[in-house]
Amino acid sequence: MKLNQLSVFLENKPGRLSHPCKALAEAGINLLTLSLADTQQFGILRLIVRDWEKARDVLTQAGCVVRVTEVVAIEVADRPGGLEEVLKVIEAEGVNIEYMYAFTFRSHDRAVLVFRFDAPDAAIKTLQAKGVNVLQDVELYKLVEQ
Amino acid sequence: MSAFAFENRIWDEAETTPRDRLGKLQARRLRELVARVAEVPFYKEALARAKVKPGDIKGPDDIRRLPFTAKEDLRQHYPLGFLAVPRSQVARFHGSSGTTGKPTFVAYTADDLELWANLCARFLVAGGLRPEHTVQIAFGYGLFTGGFGLHYGVEKVGASVVPAAAGNTPRQLMLMQDLQADVLVCTPSYALNIAEVARQQGIDPRTLPLKFAHFGAEPWTEDMRKQIEAELDLIASNNYGLSEVIGPGVSGECAARNGMHISEDHFLAECVHPDTLEPVARGEQGELVFTTLTKQAMPLIRYRTRDIASLDSSPCPCGRTGARMSWVLGRTDDMLIIRGVNVFPSQIEEALLRVEGTAPHYLIEVDRPGAMDEVTVHVEVRPESFSDKMSQMQVLRDRIDREIQAVTGIRANVQLVEPQSLERSVGKAKRVVDHRREKGLI
Ligand SMILES: [Zn+2]
Repeated sequence: MKLNQLSVFLENKPGRLSHPCKALAEAGINLLTLSLADTQQFGILRLIVRDWEKARDVLTQAGCVVRVTEVVAIEVADRPGGLEEVLKVIEAEGVNIEYMYAFTFRSHDRAVLVFRFDAPDAAIKTLQAKGVNVLQDVELYKLVEQ
Repeated sequence: MSAFAFENRIWDEAETTPRDRLGKLQARRLRELVARVAEVPFYKEALARAKVKPGDIKGPDDIRRLPFTAKEDLRQHYPLGFLAVPRSQVARFHGSSGTTGKPTFVAYTADDLELWANLCARFLVAGGLRPEHTVQIAFGYGLFTGGFGLHYGVEKVGASVVPAAAGNTPRQLMLMQDLQADVLVCTPSYALNIAEVARQQGIDPRTLPLKFAHFGAEPWTEDMRKQIEAELDLIASNNYGLSEVIGPGVSGECAARNGMHISEDHFLAECVHPDTLEPVARGEQGELVFTTLTKQAMPLIRYRTRDIASLDSSPCPCGRTGARMSWVLGRTDDMLIIRGVNVFPSQIEEALLRVEGTAPHYLIEVDRPGAMDEVTVHVEVRPESFSDKMSQMQVLRDRIDREIQAVTGIRANVQLVEPQSLERSVGKAKRVVDHRREKGLI
């Protein structure tokens, strides 16, 4: 149920994003989605790829500081209020969100969001019980790569 | 509760000489010294220039009329231009390895060697050494003063010596266990290496027979002492010396652990501002300067150590009267003056160690864009300390910020950087980039 997300530390200087992206491209690794969290002093690049182990090794060898974190992909209806319904459940159940971001792909009526929870296993159980669609990795890859 | 970390014992009655009598003794010895160096070319010239004769020395404060001696002066009179006795009276040579080619030689008469052993015995006993102990000396034996200096000091106290010499840590562990050495003499960093190798061999370092350790020959800190004492389960004492002055034995800690007592009956100590060479205010940090009052073969007047520390001559519960010097905070060569505050790269390192746990990579950048000095500390992020949570990275940055301020007293801009980026840009050994120098502001 959980996905392995790669987080990469970025220092605050021009061109810093291109270094990890180039390393992955040269290794033929396709980014399924990425998100950048940023402050004035530094940034964190969050990536989801199919072969995360290979990507981790490629990035580490390229001199990046990489961390693997478990995140949860949730499918919501791609219409006004679709996200709100899921957030309501999360809030009502007292599940703590560290951060979230959306998958960049578009497909007719569905959107996929990535959530980083404090306790992912408990969160998945709670959300599934409330009818929220938590995606398996294979389902996700199929969606993204179709 | 006792004021002592362990039993306080004094080796030499002279260590407790009341300070007024100590001052008189210093003045007399200083007069004799000035007479003794009169035929050393460097001093002959310097004393003539300063217009000082032995009879002009009335008290220890008259030291300020005498010229300084720098490491560079010793180099210029290489190899033995500072010898003050006939060559036939020299019993032994030692030397300090210069980073630039040739060593600086020092010489000892038989009396000097006797004095040296006695001075080492002083700090060894102050730091817990007793005749029943077995001492493993893991210092180099050679031109370096550490090995031989401590060796004869330990013998003087009447303890047994295991002259293991430096290196080959697995062999050190074997000797230590098989001969039940309960005292270790080496550099503090080597002690950590011994603990590390022990763990690799499946030995809990705390089960080694060691009870005491005497560390010196490199700068270290109170935090490092706590770490070593915890890892090896022993009592570690700090001692200080430099080969030009005599080697180890210039000063050492007592059981009260509030600084290292200087053997002031043999070394007149001053603490001066490294630029103006004027004495610093009482208790302030400055460069340590030593005059060897009794050494025969190669006495030195006002030798500039380039070590920064402070002096405290207030009474110590142990009964010794020699002034106490603090931990060496750094070298004058490394000292940065930022908004009027003295800051050493070693202090930044200490602050980072508190946050990260192991030796970090960092670069200190100093600039003066307007009227004020600004400091940026670039710290490499390591995988262990990297989190995917923004908030946690901010917490890390804030902690580094706070620790730097706590240790140095100044605020620095903390910049987290990717690993190896410092190495790529300026080389690993470089710790400081001072733009004020390029701009001609300092
Ligand atoms: Zn004391």
